[in-house]
Amino acid sequence: MQRFDVIILGGGLVGLTLAIALGRHGVTCAVIDPAEPSHATAPGFDGRVSAISSASWKLFEAIGVAAHLDGKSCPIDRIWVSEGLTGGALDFAPDPEDGAMGFMVENRELRIAIDKTAQGAEAVTRFQPDKAIDIVRDDYGVTARLGSGAEIGASLLIGAEGRGSPTREMAGIPVASWAYPHTALVTAIDHDAPHGNTAYEIFYPGGPFALLPMQPGTRSAIVWTVPNDHAAAYLKLPERAWLAEAKKRMGDFLGAIRLAAPMQSYKLGYHRAARITDKRLALVGDAAHAIHPIAGQGVNLGFRDAAALAEVVVEGMRMGLEPGDAQLLARYQRWRALDSLSVTVMMDGLVRLFDVPGKPASLVRRLGLSAVQRLGPLKDRFMAEARGESGPRPKLLLGDTI
Amino acid sequence: MASEPGTGTIDPREAAHFGAQAADWWDPNGASAMLHKLGPVRLRYIREAIDRHWDGDPAALRPLAGKRALDIGCGAGLVAEPLARLGAQVTAVDAAPENIAVASTHAAQMGLAIDYRASGVEALNEPPFDLITALEVIEHVTDPALFISAIARLLKPDGLLILSTPNRTPASKLLIVTLAEGFGRIPKGTHDWHKFLTPEEVTDLLANCGLAVGDIAGIMPDPRYGFTLSRDLSVNYIMAAATVTNETGTRVAR
Repeated sequence: MQRFDVIILGGGLVGLTLAIALGRHGVTCAVIDPAEPSHATAPGFDGRVSAISSASWKLFEAIGVAAHLDGKSCPIDRIWVSEGLTGGALDFAPDPEDGAMGFMVENRELRIAIDKTAQGAEAVTRFQPDKAIDIVRDDYGVTARLGSGAEIGASLLIGAEGRGSPTREMAGIPVASWAYPHTALVTAIDHDAPHGNTAYEIFYPGGPFALLPMQPGTRSAIVWTVPNDHAAAYLKLPERAWLAEAKKRMGDFLGAIRLAAPMQSYKLGYHRAARITDKRLALVGDAAHAIHPIAGQGVNLGFRDAAALAEVVVEGMRMGLEPGDAQLLARYQRWRALDSLSVTVMMDGLVRLFDVPGKPASLVRRLGLSAVQRLGPLKDRFMAEARGESGPRPKLLLGDTI
Repeated sequence: MASEPGTGTIDPREAAHFGAQAADWWDPNGASAMLHKLGPVRLRYIREAIDRHWDGDPAALRPLAGKRALDIGCGAGLVAEPLARLGAQVTAVDAAPENIAVASTHAAQMGLAIDYRASGVEALNEPPFDLITALEVIEHVTDPALFISAIARLLKPDGLLILSTPNRTPASKLLIVTLAEGFGRIPKGTHDWHKFLTPEEVTDLLANCGLAVGDIAGIMPDPRYGFTLSRDLSVNYIMAAATVTNETGTRVAR
């Protein structure tokens, strides 16, 4: 039986990033994923984009992923939040020396960059495409039997399989979840006027309309949140009619617009595992919690999980503890619980605040926005959240190795 | 008190008390939960002392590779196993044969080769060790001076000793005996407060055997993390000691 320090189920963005971070510190990882590795299957631009917070970007720099994203990411230098096109507005612009608030990267480029970094990581062994047929977690370790016939053992199992994590379900960890009555319409547009590396979040009673700057400087991703019962109609619109509807939401400041990617739609939901650890098991990323994609926090929460878990495991092993040690898992649980809860609650509150129709609510929103603008500390808190800087920071999110 | 051959400073009642808990010892939520919670804080102290003593790389995963370590009063192996994972060739002794049985079984299941012996440290006839750990042990022995002299005999001249034990103060009596044992966080009867030693007393015993304390830290309960290292030595303390040598490199006992 081949022995590893950890077995990671799921070689997606978060699972593979965690493997690379652990591998950099000499922790041996097996990554199991049913999909072919990304380098073998990379499709064209599919319109999916992630907003990588500056903290997540520092993690990428620390573990060598950022080097593979050279010229493929667009910095977010400003975030503009407003109520419609005429209402109160918040303008988040950092001090120049603080650097970008985040980076927009196509998911496809992100997958390829992480995949390439993993290929160069000696301590990372990928069983891909393959799947775990049978997993046993007991007092002495974890063993997994794979579809390929391989049998592998480890001290810790990490569930990074995304929302429907079968490992989480097998562990009997309950999940609190609810669906928002909203759908996100996601695509990208090319526009005549440059975006100036600004992200726009324009709130409407039906949901926010977000424009996120991409490379080159005249392309932006659109994340347009609409009520579920309107979604089908928007998706059926011919391109010209759809663009006209979009223009009503975003105004003329970017000049003429054209579609640059196929339209996709995602039902918005929220879920959160009651706990993110069990005997010799830790959950990361969407397996642990997934939130409304407002402000692009979902994947960053996952990277924060990865950075925290890597630090807990590496520091533990340097003390002679095994990765699956109950005290280490308790530290990971404590470390992540408050952060992920505060992000989900804050984001959820923001969505709900902006989704209440009617004049009084609109007045509250306007007052709220201008109040946030005037109250330095609260605005700083929003800014820190967008950057992914609030809460005790794992070293990797500061750009340091552990 | 007359000691049987091979038992030295072992108190048979103490040995029986710990032996009775043996089966439960590896359960992180069982009777030894406090010891499990103590694990990370004292292991971190040991690791830092190792890197200081041998000028090691703090990022290395096996800083004890090529070194021989002895863990005294090993219980079910909560310290011996980490030392083995850090690369040491580990010998571990405990007064209670039940503990040694549990420890041996557990190490075998974990794939760790550890030389476990149901023995007192005085009876151990082994070449000297690079590292000796005696954590939460000296407060349970019948004759601390004899215990320390046995340790000194088994430590290489350039070796490192790590020792931890509760202090004898009103604070330790309240926290360890009255509260922790009273509320069942530590099994009742684990500690006899009158046998606790102050840092000065332990430092004296070490000096008598040619060992000097290089560093000392307090271990304090912390509601957030279980336990943390502290400058406050009043409850529990952990120390790193090494040989005092003269110009010719021979050990100098006071």
